[in-house]
Amino acid sequence: MTACANPAVELRELSKQFGNVAANAGVNLRVEAGTIHGVIGENGAGKSTAMKLLYGMLRPDAGGILIGGRKCVWASPADAIAMGIGMVHQHFMLADPYSALDNILLGAEPIRRGMIDRQTARARLSALASQYGLPVDWDRPVEELPVGVQQRIAILKLLYRDASILILDEPTAVLTPQETNGLFENLKKLRAEGKTILLVTHKLKDVMSFTDRVTVFRAGKVTGEVETSQTSPQELANLMVGRKVVLGIQVRPARPSAEPAIEVARLSLTGAGGSRHRLMDVNISVKLGEIVGIAGVEGNGQSELLRAILHPRDSRCRTSGTVRLLGQDVTGLAARKIRELGVAVIPEDRLREGLLLDRPVSENFLLGLHRGHAFDRWGLLDAKKLAKAATLALREYDVRPPELALPAGRLSGGNQQKLIVAREFQRQPRVLIAAQPTRGVDVGAIEFIHSRIVRARDEGAGVLLISAELDEILALSDRILVMFEGRIVAEFARGQVTERELGLKMGGA
Amino acid sequence: MRRVAQPILAVILGLAAGLAVTWVAGENPWNVLKILGKGAFGSSYDVGMTLFYSTPLVFTGLSVAVAFQAGLFNIGAEGQLTLGALGAATIGAVWPGLWSPLAPVLAVMAAMLAGTLWGAIPGWLRARRGSHEVISTIMLNFIAAGLASYVALYVLKNPESQNPETRPIGAGFLIPQFGMFGGAPVSAALPLAILTAIAVWILMWRTVLGFEIRAVGQSESAARTAGIDPGKIRIIAMALAGGLAGLVGVGEVLGNAGKFRVGFSPEYGFMGIAVALLGRNQPAGVVAAALLFGALHKGTADLDLETEHVTREVSLVMQSLIILSVSADGIWTWLGRRRQGVGSLER
Amino acid sequence: MIRQLLESTLRVSTPLIFAALGGMFSERSGVINIALEGMMLIGAFGAAVGTLVTHSPWLGSAWGMGAGVLLAAVYGVFVIQFRANQIVAGTAINMLAMGLTPFLCKIRYDVTGQTPAIPIDERFQSAPLYLSWGLVVICWLWMKYTRGGLWISFAGENPEALEAAGIRVNRVRWAAVLVSGALAGMGGASLSVFLSSAFSRNMTAGRGFMALAALIFGKWRPLPTAIACLLFGFAEAVQIRLQGVALWGKEPIPVQFIQILPFLVTILVLAGFVGRSRAPKALGKAFHQA
Repeated sequence: MTACANPAVELRELSKQFGNVAANAGVNLRVEAGTIHGVIGENGAGKSTAMKLLYGMLRPDAGGILIGGRKCVWASPADAIAMGIGMVHQHFMLADPYSALDNILLGAEPIRRGMIDRQTARARLSALASQYGLPVDWDRPVEELPVGVQQRIAILKLLYRDASILILDEPTAVLTPQETNGLFENLKKLRAEGKTILLVTHKLKDVMSFTDRVTVFRAGKVTGEVETSQTSPQELANLMVGRKVVLGIQVRPARPSAEPAIEVARLSLTGAGGSRHRLMDVNISVKLGEIVGIAGVEGNGQSELLRAILHPRDSRCRTSGTVRLLGQDVTGLAARKIRELGVAVIPEDRLREGLLLDRPVSENFLLGLHRGHAFDRWGLLDAKKLAKAATLALREYDVRPPELALPAGRLSGGNQQKLIVAREFQRQPRVLIAAQPTRGVDVGAIEFIHSRIVRARDEGAGVLLISAELDEILALSDRILVMFEGRIVAEFARGQVTERELGLKMGGA
Repeated sequence: MRRVAQPILAVILGLAAGLAVTWVAGENPWNVLKILGKGAFGSSYDVGMTLFYSTPLVFTGLSVAVAFQAGLFNIGAEGQLTLGALGAATIGAVWPGLWSPLAPVLAVMAAMLAGTLWGAIPGWLRARRGSHEVISTIMLNFIAAGLASYVALYVLKNPESQNPETRPIGAGFLIPQFGMFGGAPVSAALPLAILTAIAVWILMWRTVLGFEIRAVGQSESAARTAGIDPGKIRIIAMALAGGLAGLVGVGEVLGNAGKFRVGFSPEYGFMGIAVALLGRNQPAGVVAAALLFGALHKGTADLDLETEHVTREVSLVMQSLIILSVSADGIWTWLGRRRQGVGSLER
Repeated sequence: MIRQLLESTLRVSTPLIFAALGGMFSERSGVINIALEGMMLIGAFGAAVGTLVTHSPWLGSAWGMGAGVLLAAVYGVFVIQFRANQIVAGTAINMLAMGLTPFLCKIRYDVTGQTPAIPIDERFQSAPLYLSWGLVVICWLWMKYTRGGLWISFAGENPEALEAAGIRVNRVRWAAVLVSGALAGMGGASLSVFLSSAFSRNMTAGRGFMALAALIFGKWRPLPTAIACLLFGFAEAVQIRLQGVALWGKEPIPVQFIQILPFLVTILVLAGFVGRSRAPKALGKAFHQA
């Protein structure tokens, strides 16, 4: 390498605006070659933007990027790739119906006589795969492969192009703790070969365990850069949030009644898509007055379970077994009638399933409550009653800004979620189903939502909590079930299990 | 402000481009503009004809707009209005002795029913079979034309005419006309169109069903999660759209010709798409846009007569350019970086 | 009789195959192509005029393809650069073609109905038929084995991935849309200079949409799409054959019922078999480039 050891990557005073929001405002970052460098921050702090600038997916408004000491300007990712930078995105950027081979070759196809030379590519890839211990089935469509393998494919894409700087954006979001360890074994190997790795994440634990140095983002700026060995999760959290953070809330023990809220008996679902879209003999029982948490990495049947409970008429639900809500068999019932039983739902993807983003807050508050509730007067909508109820609810649930006419898409993630919670709790639910309720939500709103969920339980509702965040499951659940590949593989009572054990079960051990 | 500015700008752009086309053809654009204006509003007859053309455009515009609100593309208004007119004419020809006011009411209902059926079919195909309504509605347009032609030539043929048309309807079916427009057939269909627009507004923005339709059009998955059945709503929306288009038959059969004439519609159905887009799928906008396009249609008809080279198809050209301008939302971000609020950066 | 029917089917399917393959490129890259009808129409007009001027069907077809490309370029500007809704813009393009063709016809030939007849020795006898099937093979090879084919497939399936791999998505889509204009134009040419002897108003009569239906039925792949075109061609050939024929009783079947046959088949095809076919995932969604 060069005599004066330039950092592998340096960002100087990097800035980028979107409209009147400064996503990055004068970001300074130094990454030494041959290290694993953590980049952390809350959602919206600017870390993803900075990485996209580094990778050439966005162009900076001001500031510079230096690679190995040389100033670089990218017109597109092609330029960054040519300089040896590669990025594994959070959503892998793979095209499902096409083979692993084609996905890897995209953009770097070897050509012979005008046609793609898949033969040569295959040979080279096999060599790479064995060198780094990343075995892959080259010819199967990507959608049939498990998530861990998909990630390997994404990494191989970078290695195939001789990337020397690898950016990984939230790589462990979809992995079990064991798969996470496997990933980092691979990263350590890559580090040993002199490659530089940037690890973008919001998981403090991963950062503490696997990085050499950490840079902290907050509100578009860098608020700190430290040696991992000389810091603590608490310090990092404070740097991320800017104030003292209380990690976790205290929950009183439950007093469940004997009456059932949700009873799922021998639920099985077979369908296309392999083991990732199946349910096998699932049994769940939630009583009124308790919180049952289902822990599991996303993609292990949670979505299918929700669909079977809430939309049994959906054609994708060829299920056997029964689902009872509040003692009533809901097989074949229309979704609306199920909600009318007193079921509140916090959907796992609020942007797609929970809100009408272009419509005002008032209409979003109406969604789900529009038929058969206080606002329905023989088919006509009572706008005044709606406005009054909505205003009250917005205040009670601390939704900011509390403007009825604002399009819901303009609210922050946390406020959107609070709006949904406000709306759902309006119907005084006896059953609450909350899926990933605090994903993408800032810390303040997390505490609020958690407290509301517990309050619902204390007021007699039966709560089914589905989450990939172990802390959330452990803190809130009175009983914990673990879901893996469509099965319930373990059951624990509150306080009876450690995080490590849960992680093992989530990974199928 | 932008909501009103953009359609106006689009109209100006479309008109300008259309005038440019006529200039290429060898006409003086100023002259063309003058003829257009005079043709649309020059005399009471001209105004009347403009209104006469605008009335069916309100119906088809509403039809397309309602479908759009549900996220559906109703390209089938042409077929729906054809069958609507056929329905009214059939009732009128088969029971000629029926007396007013029962007769026209029945005919209006027949028109709506026929259109509703023709809209429900593609709605059902989309909801239950997944067929995209763009293609099925276009196919149904052709099929409707064939059916109507068959009925007019074989079943209800007018014995006193060589033209492809049905027998005249009974006198009791005819609706009153406004005499003040120098002979132009402006009938009670015009106030009916206005009333229909108001009714559509109430339905879409003040009722539960309207809310559900709009929700499905905004986000099918959010609507589904809220317990709405998107398939059922789509069928209802398309049926409504069909019924609205069918009402064109009222103005044509009951208020003008007194029978069904094959090919009476100068593409009212397609023009309805332009009307709905320009009117931003809102009933008030639809009425305004319908008036504009009615004027355009009358003006270009005069162009055909009074110029050497310009034919009335130029109105289609202008309309298409207007539609293109309206639909190009991205033009605003392309022309200048405007301030946009960003809700959630890391979506 | 059977042989006649088969020959007729092959001939009549030719314009559909060209248009459907053109549509395939565009749609596989993620751009819905409702405008096939308009591009075919203007191609038919351009080819007719071109042949009358140059006295060669080949040069005339080039004119037709050029006209298709021009119209496709207008479509591309609005749909790719300005990110207009693709179905709305496509419908507008169709209207534009429907308005422009009689207008231009009147300017040049003084009538809006149709162009003058093209003498028989200046028309195609059978070349487009063979060309179209050659094209099917070329398209199949191209999509499967070349870089461009891979890029188009990804542009329609996961454009972010393509962009992240360093290829500009909108450039790929532009190329695809222009190619679809050229091929649809050729389809139009085979209507006016092969199957008939002139351009007449609105002569495409819904064929662009049938091509689209064939594409959907054929799951956006070259060979199944071509076979679907044959199906529609067959319906049309039968329709031509049956006109004036009495199937039962003395009266011939009313011509209207026969004429709607191809359209009915299209709907049935769409409803019966295509319900769960899998479209390219990014079809219809505009791509926001950095």
